[in-house]
Amino acid sequence: MTAKTLFEKVWNAHVVAPETTDTPAILYIDLHLVHEVTSPQAFSELRERGLQLRRPDRTLATLDHSTPTLPADANGERPYATAEAKAQVAQLETNCREFGVELHGWDSSDRGIVHVIGPELGATQPGMTIVCGDSHTSTHGAFGALAFGIGTTEVGHVMATQCLLQRKPRTLAIHVDGQLPAGVGAKDLILHIIGEIGVDGGTGHVIEYRGDVIEAMSMDERMTVCNMSIEAGARAGLIAPDDTTFAWLKGRPRAPQGAAWETAVQHWRALRSDAGAQYDREVRIDASKVRPTVTYGTHPGMAIAMDKPVPAARNAMEKRALDYMKAEAGKPMQGTAVDVVFVGSCTNSRLSDLREAAHVLRGRRVAEGVRMLVVPGSEAVRRDAESEGLHHVFTAAGAEWRVPGCSMCIAMNGDLAQPGQLVVSTSNRNFEGRQGKGARTVLASPATAAASAVAGRIADPREYMTEVAA
Amino acid sequence: MRPVTRIHSRTAVLTDENIDTDRIIPARFLTTTERAGLGKLCFNDWRYQADGSDNPAFPLNQPPARGCAILVAGRNFGCGSSREHAPWALLDYGIQAVLCSEIADIFRNNALKNGLLALVLDEAEHRWLLEHPGIELSIDVREQYVALPDGGRIGFQLEPFARHCLLNGVDQLGYLQHHGDAITAYEQRVEKAA
Repeated sequence: MTAKTLFEKVWNAHVVAPETTDTPAILYIDLHLVHEVTSPQAFSELRERGLQLRRPDRTLATLDHSTPTLPADANGERPYATAEAKAQVAQLETNCREFGVELHGWDSSDRGIVHVIGPELGATQPGMTIVCGDSHTSTHGAFGALAFGIGTTEVGHVMATQCLLQRKPRTLAIHVDGQLPAGVGAKDLILHIIGEIGVDGGTGHVIEYRGDVIEAMSMDERMTVCNMSIEAGARAGLIAPDDTTFAWLKGRPRAPQGAAWETAVQHWRALRSDAGAQYDREVRIDASKVRPTVTYGTHPGMAIAMDKPVPAARNAMEKRALDYMKAEAGKPMQGTAVDVVFVGSCTNSRLSDLREAAHVLRGRRVAEGVRMLVVPGSEAVRRDAESEGLHHVFTAAGAEWRVPGCSMCIAMNGDLAQPGQLVVSTSNRNFEGRQGKGARTVLASPATAAASAVAGRIADPREYMTEVAA
Repeated sequence: MRPVTRIHSRTAVLTDENIDTDRIIPARFLTTTERAGLGKLCFNDWRYQADGSDNPAFPLNQPPARGCAILVAGRNFGCGSSREHAPWALLDYGIQAVLCSEIADIFRNNALKNGLLALVLDEAEHRWLLEHPGIELSIDVREQYVALPDGGRIGFQLEPFARHCLLNGVDQLGYLQHHGDAITAYEQRVEKAA
């Protein structure tokens, strides 16, 4: 038997009809995650065609993108940015009721960002195929699932048939060897990787992240890495499941229980690339060279260690990007004045991310004139953070502690920056206008974001971390 | 989907690389629950000035580019999010084809499912088109070529099933539903094994 990659194993197990020269494969989808923004037109399509959901039991919905992150007022009214946003949320509530979909809405103690709650509920499991009308679905690849974003037409396809028409993507192995230096984390690593391979370096490929550094990572860290696979253009990012994965999943509400758990783990242990399996491409990354990394331009591939000088523009596009960012070639990003700091998003809003930011902020103040928002990824993260008192650390420092949601990552709920403001953000995209028209986004880790909030300028978090300084 | 066999138009050119879906349609407009009417929001923050008037610096606002149905764009067009609002907005704005040396996967997939020809060309030919805005092109989906005014032809890649669906206006959901028995058999096989 030929050696297979992890991707091939998961793909092969889900082929309903194999691909031919003329037709793509029909691929079965185990889990369909749904949110309010990319689903309404798909539900409408079903209604127009008189169709039902094929597998409501394999469908899970939440409210996250258009939702306000300030709490409801005394009358229970939520401060939606627009009437349209409110209507969109109401539409998902109606659609889920009508089509029998489990919705983690306002009344759910599990509501949160779709890519945070899938894993938390144990709905995300190794070996699954998972899709969502959201490009950051790649996050779930951290569990050894083949997970990717789809458009609304395909959302409709999955609703009606639980299947997608797919051509088999190519594979790209990224080996991360060595050791990350103290105070340098998963976000620095993935920004560094995208800086190395480019914003389109993964196009047409599924990435498998491998090597000692990946194996040593926690699930939160693996999710941060897989989350940003799409920022290198990749369809998906995968990491082989291991004991870290199983320990994290065990006992979660939708995870297998009892004897079924043991059987599942036995099966999941086979989900790794065989020795000698061939990838279409391979890249090696030396983790020991990664430093606190930030972006300096207007796509995530324009990333660099914060203490290294910003490279000169090689063409008109790069010049436009530097001009937009008011970044100066030859000068490092470190030291750049900051207006807003955002800690949150499906990239970095989990408990460990909040702990990392709180570690830097404890006993310190957000600099005068800087606004800092901390938005937990889910109600569960919020509860856990509050039980540890992290919210007190944030509010004592002068930061705003918000209700879970996507918030300033996509800036469609009213949480946004003003034109010209510089935002140090733990999110995943630094496109022009992503966080508000004219807003300038610098992507960074939670530690860098917190250190920058305290300093009022982009700052090296290692200067604020006790275990690193010691 | 209506069949798409041939598109004839002058080209409009956006030379920028990595034109992301936030530039095609900013996220704040995604609160709609409809597909229709997004053309007026296409390239919103690039196309309009602060007072709402047309930005004369936006290439597609310049007279020769107005009304063009073929867009030649810099490499890696459509990168970023999975929002299908991007091809919906482009189509409603009047763009029927995007020619590029590389197109982001999800965008290309979404575009083709809506009859927007997202076509990948070789780099040299793509570069030539970027450097020659406003020329008359004719795209032949069946024969997979772009005809130049001088009679020359540029071939393009197109996934065979996408081509078949474009030419015949095939409803892909209908195609999937047609495989209902195979899907049921798959589900039974998997559930039995578990």
